[in-house]
Amino acid sequence: MILLVFLSITVLAIIQLRDLFAVVMLFGIYSFLAAALFVTLDAVDVAFTEATVGAGIASFLMLGTLALTVRREKARPARALLPLLVVGVVGATLIYGTLDMPHFSDPQAPAHLNVAPHYLESTQDEIGIPNVVTAVLASYRGYDTLGEVIVIFTAGLGVLALLGYRKRGKKH
Amino acid sequence: MSNPVQPYNLVLRVAAKMLIPLILMFAFYVQFHGETGPGGGFQAGVIFAAAFILYALVFGMETARAVAPAPLLRVLASSGVLLYAGVGLASLLAGGNFLDYNVLAEDPIKGQHLGIFLVELGVGITVSSVMIIIFYAFAERGVRP
Repeated sequence: MILLVFLSITVLAIIQLRDLFAVVMLFGIYSFLAAALFVTLDAVDVAFTEATVGAGIASFLMLGTLALTVRREKARPARALLPLLVVGVVGATLIYGTLDMPHFSDPQAPAHLNVAPHYLESTQDEIGIPNVVTAVLASYRGYDTLGEVIVIFTAGLGVLALLGYRKRGKKH
Repeated sequence: MSNPVQPYNLVLRVAAKMLIPLILMFAFYVQFHGETGPGGGFQAGVIFAAAFILYALVFGMETARAVAPAPLLRVLASSGVLLYAGVGLASLLAGGNFLDYNVLAEDPIKGQHLGIFLVELGVGITVSSVMIIIFYAFAERGVRP
C-alpha cells in the first residue's frame, strides 16, 4: 500500500516536471518501487528484471536519448480537453473491465486452474530444477522465450538501422 | 557522454576497477544460477552489459571498442539467437519436438538441464551484446564534432 502511494507520488511528479533529466531519474525510482512491489507479491524473477532493465539500462538509454535531443520539455498547450476526455474514457473502461476480474489471490481464478497446477506439481519430476519460473520460461514455454530473444535481436537491428555506426574514417 | 574521463579523476577509475569485476561475477552467477535462484539469461545479460557500459563511461569509448569491437558484438548477438534455435533443431534431429529437451541426453532430466542451460546461455549472449550495441549506437551519435 505504501509502495503504491509512493508510485502515485512519483507519477504525479513525472507529470509535473519539465526537466527531462529529473524525469528520467524519477523513472528509475519508479522502476525500483515497482520492483519492490513485485518482491512483496513474491514475483522475485519479475522484480529482478524490472530492477535491472527498468531502473538500470532503460534509464541509461533515456539519458543517451536526452544527450541526442534536448533536456527541457516544450511548453504544453494551455487546453487539452480532447486528450483529457480520451484518457478519462479509456481509464473508466479499463476500471470497468477489472470489475469482472477474479479477486486478488483468488484460488479459483482461471489463471490458477489451467496449466499452473501442472507446472507447480510436476516441475520437480519432469525438469528437476528448483526454480519453477526458469522451468516455465526456458522449457515449458520455450517457444515464447525464443520469440522474446528474437524480439530483442530485432530491436538491436532496428537501432543499428536507424542510428547506425559512424564511419570510422570520417571522424578525423 | 563518451568523453574519456580525465586522468586526474582517479577516484572514479579506482572505484570502477573495483566494481566491474564484482558486477561481472554477479552477472555470471545470475546466468548460471538461474535454475536454482531468481534470475536467468535476460537479467544476467543486462547486468553484464551494465558492467561493460560502466567500463566504457569511465575509460572511454576507444578503450571499450578495443575490448569488444562492434563487429564481434554483432556476431555474438546473432549467435545467441542461433544457439537457442539450434537447441530446438538439435532436439528435432534427435527425434523429439522443437525445443523438447528430453531427447537431448539419455536421461530426460539431464536433457532438460542441458537444454535449459544452453537456451539461457543463448538468451544471455544475445541480450548483453544487443544492449552494448544499442549503447554504442547512442554513444557514437552523442559525439558531435
